[in-house]
Amino acid sequence: MKSLRRYIDKIKPHFEKGGKFEILESTFEAFETFLFVSDKVTSKGTHIRDGNDMKRTMAIVVLAVVPTVLFGMWNTGYHHFMATGQEGTLLEYFWLGFLRIFPIIVVSYVVGLGIEFAFAQSRGHAVNEGFLVSGILIPLIIPVDTPLWMVAVATAFAVIIGKEVFGGTGMNIMNPALTARAFLFFAYPSFMSGNAVWTHGMIAGDGIIDSYSGATPLAEAAAGNMSNLPSVAEMFLGTIPGSIGETSTLAILIGAAILLITGIASARIIISVFVGGMLMGLILNIFAVNAFMELPAYQHLLLGGFAFGAVFMATDPVSASQTPKGKIIYGFLIGFLAVLIRVINPAYPEGVMLAILLMNVFAPLIDHYVIEGNIKKRLKRAKVKA
Amino acid sequence: MSAEKEPLFSSKNIKLLTDPMNDSNPITVQVLGICSALAVTVKVKPAFVLAIAVVVVMAVSNVVVSLLRKTIPPRIRIIVQLVVIASMVILVDQVLKAFLFDVSKQLSVFVGLIITNCIIMGRLEAFALNNKPWQSFLDGIGNAAGYGAILIIVAFFRELLGSGTVWGYKVIPESVYDFGYENNGLMILPPMALIVVGAIIWVQRAKNKKLVESN
Repeated sequence: MKSLRRYIDKIKPHFEKGGKFEILESTFEAFETFLFVSDKVTSKGTHIRDGNDMKRTMAIVVLAVVPTVLFGMWNTGYHHFMATGQEGTLLEYFWLGFLRIFPIIVVSYVVGLGIEFAFAQSRGHAVNEGFLVSGILIPLIIPVDTPLWMVAVATAFAVIIGKEVFGGTGMNIMNPALTARAFLFFAYPSFMSGNAVWTHGMIAGDGIIDSYSGATPLAEAAAGNMSNLPSVAEMFLGTIPGSIGETSTLAILIGAAILLITGIASARIIISVFVGGMLMGLILNIFAVNAFMELPAYQHLLLGGFAFGAVFMATDPVSASQTPKGKIIYGFLIGFLAVLIRVINPAYPEGVMLAILLMNVFAPLIDHYVIEGNIKKRLKRAKVKA
Repeated sequence: MSAEKEPLFSSKNIKLLTDPMNDSNPITVQVLGICSALAVTVKVKPAFVLAIAVVVVMAVSNVVVSLLRKTIPPRIRIIVQLVVIASMVILVDQVLKAFLFDVSKQLSVFVGLIITNCIIMGRLEAFALNNKPWQSFLDGIGNAAGYGAILIIVAFFRELLGSGTVWGYKVIPESVYDFGYENNGLMILPPMALIVVGAIIWVQRAKNKKLVESN
């Protein structure tokens, strides 16, 4: 550790103003603060500061998604072996998934960070760490057989059009990871929906046994095949087909616990998303006219990307509402709309992505009215006293 | 009329032609006529035909309104302008139906909607009512060409990336598809046209610092 510090101190002057590599200053600074706590201090006024800068916040979020990544790798192998009618060991499952998913993660990070660094350099500001999280979330919300070049194109689209044109991390209107997914969903629908995309090897179709359908539970439910639905325990553990990281509610809840204990994610948003989804599920149950609408409301929370969206996507501090009351409205409507879209709209078997993107757009409006309401309330109080 | 000494292509007149191509482009700078830019730019061919149609309508109605400018009562000028544009659009529509029936079908309602294209109305109001016919003619050609140029650029990218063709001809070779390439379905949807227009505005402003607002 000491020798690393010494080395960085030694090469630091080259990157400062007037040094040899002056143009690479922001790149250097990014790596330095990545390795060590930044030595920057505020110079005016009294501030309480700790070492928890954006890099460390992001690192904890990355840590929180690790369970879903690991489970996703295992699940990929598990379903591939099942689809080809083979048995495998836990390690074989995991290894196969690792070989499929690791390249996607690498591509997502290389493309995304490459663009971030390029923009930071050309605009002369510090590299923002926002992409550390987006880079791991993008692979988790896409099907396992998405071609790597599509991942690269979608990541580039999300970072440039979804984020940099608005001014970079902290300025984006919509969640970059979901922007990438929405891009893939509309641009290459044949790789993003249907029954074959969720299991590795099914698009190619080699050696897939006939009895394996590969359909996600939501697709089965939308088709009315309620007898094909997995058991509740399977839904909760996540041994079902789906996007890489979204299937296991258990792994997601472990991540949620990490985020809530460290105080990074907003419990208000997570809980209100679940409440919204539950309520919509119950409403649909009351007016049920088909088998899908009769699906028990709590199962909606276990299926599809609902839990993943609630914990990792809706809580994105940049694109969510900022006010406490706003967070509750924002979260509630996400859950409410997500279940509504997935049950009522036949074109979209899953509605979480669209619901979150829609509410991202509305988040500033919600905040505006919450603040206006507060001002009015306080004005009234002031008038009564006077 | 006062004796006109000004040559036909004086630098001032040339500027009427070239200005709308860059500094005051109707789409990218004034942000007018966006809806047709989103609707007809899936393929290059209809975009090109619409661009030509707009050039004709705009040039002729600019000249006509300019000729009438001293006789049009200010109170009813808008309706007079509309009559002029509408008759031109009907003519263009009939010509398209007679000679380019398939393209005319693709463009469907958007030929008729040239009437409501705010660029044309805007130029009649802002320019033709106060200027001589020749200048109005140049202004009409320039603005319509600036509009058409953006239309064709947007259509080029949308057709190339969305369908793999340009002007209906396959451009991306079959071998690339065998390699795993797929056409981008989002390019065919209207939102992407908006994003492409946005990207063009971005590039234009990066090159032309005059356009960047200071605040």
